[in-house]
Amino acid sequence: MSYSNYFNPELETMPREQLRELQLERLQKTVRQCVKAPFYEQKFKEMGISPEDIKSLDDLQKLPFTTKDDLREFYPWGLTAVPLKECVRLHSSSGTTGNPTVVTHTQKDLDEWANAVARCLWMVGCRPEDVFQNSAGYGMFTAGLGFQYGAERVGMLTVPAAAGNTLRQIKFIKDFGTTVVHAIPSYASRIYEVMREQGIDPRKDTRLRVLCIGAEPHSEEQRQRIEENFGVKAYNSYGISEMMGPGVAFECPEQNGNHIWEDYFIVEIIDPVTLQPSKPGEFGELVITTINREAMPLLRYRTRDLTRLLPGECPCGRTHARIDRLRGRSDDMIILKGVNIFPIQIEKILMNFKELSTDYLITLETIEPQGDFMTVEVEVKEFNDDYQQIQGLTREITRQLKDEILITPKVKLVPKGTLAVSDEKKAVRVKDLRKLF
Amino acid sequence: MKQLSIFLEDKSGTIFRVLNLLKGGGIQIIASTVADTMDNAIYRIICDNPDKAYLILSDAGMTVNLTEVNVIELDDEPGRAAEALAPLTEKGVNIAYLYSFLLNGKGVLVYKVR
Ligand SMILES: [Zn+2]
Repeated sequence: MSYSNYFNPELETMPREQLRELQLERLQKTVRQCVKAPFYEQKFKEMGISPEDIKSLDDLQKLPFTTKDDLREFYPWGLTAVPLKECVRLHSSSGTTGNPTVVTHTQKDLDEWANAVARCLWMVGCRPEDVFQNSAGYGMFTAGLGFQYGAERVGMLTVPAAAGNTLRQIKFIKDFGTTVVHAIPSYASRIYEVMREQGIDPRKDTRLRVLCIGAEPHSEEQRQRIEENFGVKAYNSYGISEMMGPGVAFECPEQNGNHIWEDYFIVEIIDPVTLQPSKPGEFGELVITTINREAMPLLRYRTRDLTRLLPGECPCGRTHARIDRLRGRSDDMIILKGVNIFPIQIEKILMNFKELSTDYLITLETIEPQGDFMTVEVEVKEFNDDYQQIQGLTREITRQLKDEILITPKVKLVPKGTLAVSDEKKAVRVKDLRKLF
Repeated sequence: MKQLSIFLEDKSGTIFRVLNLLKGGGIQIIASTVADTMDNAIYRIICDNPDKAYLILSDAGMTVNLTEVNVIELDDEPGRAAEALAPLTEKGVNIAYLYSFLLNGKGVLVYKVR
């Protein structure tokens, strides 16, 4: 049987000009809809704007930003723009502080969500003949139900295995002839480890051919390791629970950035400090406006995720913009001597050196009279009794860091265990000891 | 001869920790030397059981290397070290570090070439 390469051929390959017209039409509809929610009603009043002010896509700039804190403050229904009787589901995520957030859906919202996920899965080669095992948590975690409905929409035989019980996961994969697995990257690695312990070679003993990994930040190196282990392609899924969950952006077979569906979302990249648009191709905070949602439209939602738009057309034929692999969270950004630096930039350089461990610490301090100063300490894993090795490494790391962040840090190699953090706690990577005045 | 080489943070307490770990393993130290560098220290040790000592220190998570070093045994008389090193110098061998100690009435010269 032969299929189209695209799940929604017309929408996925729509010429940019036409796509922008569709976006404007949907944005205008969205703005009219969102003021029915108490939060936006109040915001629009405060800012003295009305839905009629949106006459072009550039007018997006007139609209207010929305943050996660707004969702918490207006918990639970303050951003819902339809009567609750029209809603058929909510997803809620609890934060570490304050109220949780609630995201509501009408039946149409759920249908559109399933379509978006189906489009993603189809893009990476999923077809009705496939057996799709979803090894992600169900319930409030959106990757469970999100992928479930998307995979059913494709027409695959779905195995809603959920996360955990790895031995049973592997039994399902073997017994049901699972060809596609979705899991968070760390769990995919776990499945592979247990397969090895059981003497199972995923290349020979299973029919696996595609992995979808997401919901957890991971590096290109981590992805490649997963691909090598399983001997299949692993595609990056980008979801945001406030948008809906998975289905926001997904990698295409080119594996060069994630297509973000522009008939569902308007994408902006902004400088998280000035809130002004970033220059084309520059990294900044991803800001998303939903334009295909009834129950809970969000205007200019600040995702806190740092990425950039990739330039040029994608060889896969899809005209929708591509976002680069995430570069961390805007909350992590360091400003030193007027330069924006993200710890992930430093981490990426350090990872190039096999002599170093993954533990590092960035310290910012004020040293008079030079002013603010950055020290990067990193643990040495392999030491060969040669001081020149340490010196040479220090020089080379310093040079590469300067090329990347445009500031010359002091690099200090330290023995293993010096910077270690406990497993349960998130590693402290940045210590800011600067004097503010 | 095998020598332990430990990369240490330049802080008081780190050498003491090494010594305590070795003591706990019943290791006898024959000779040791500390080279202080700009930010760190390299602690080099000759002991009676270098393989065991290496396992003890690496299990404790230390950045340690077991290095094969060159050894010249010398009579306990003045001038022997100069005589021993003369041929190396003639050959233009570049010595990274060198130290010596007395063991059972003999001088022992330890060095590593670059
Ligand atoms: Zn593409």
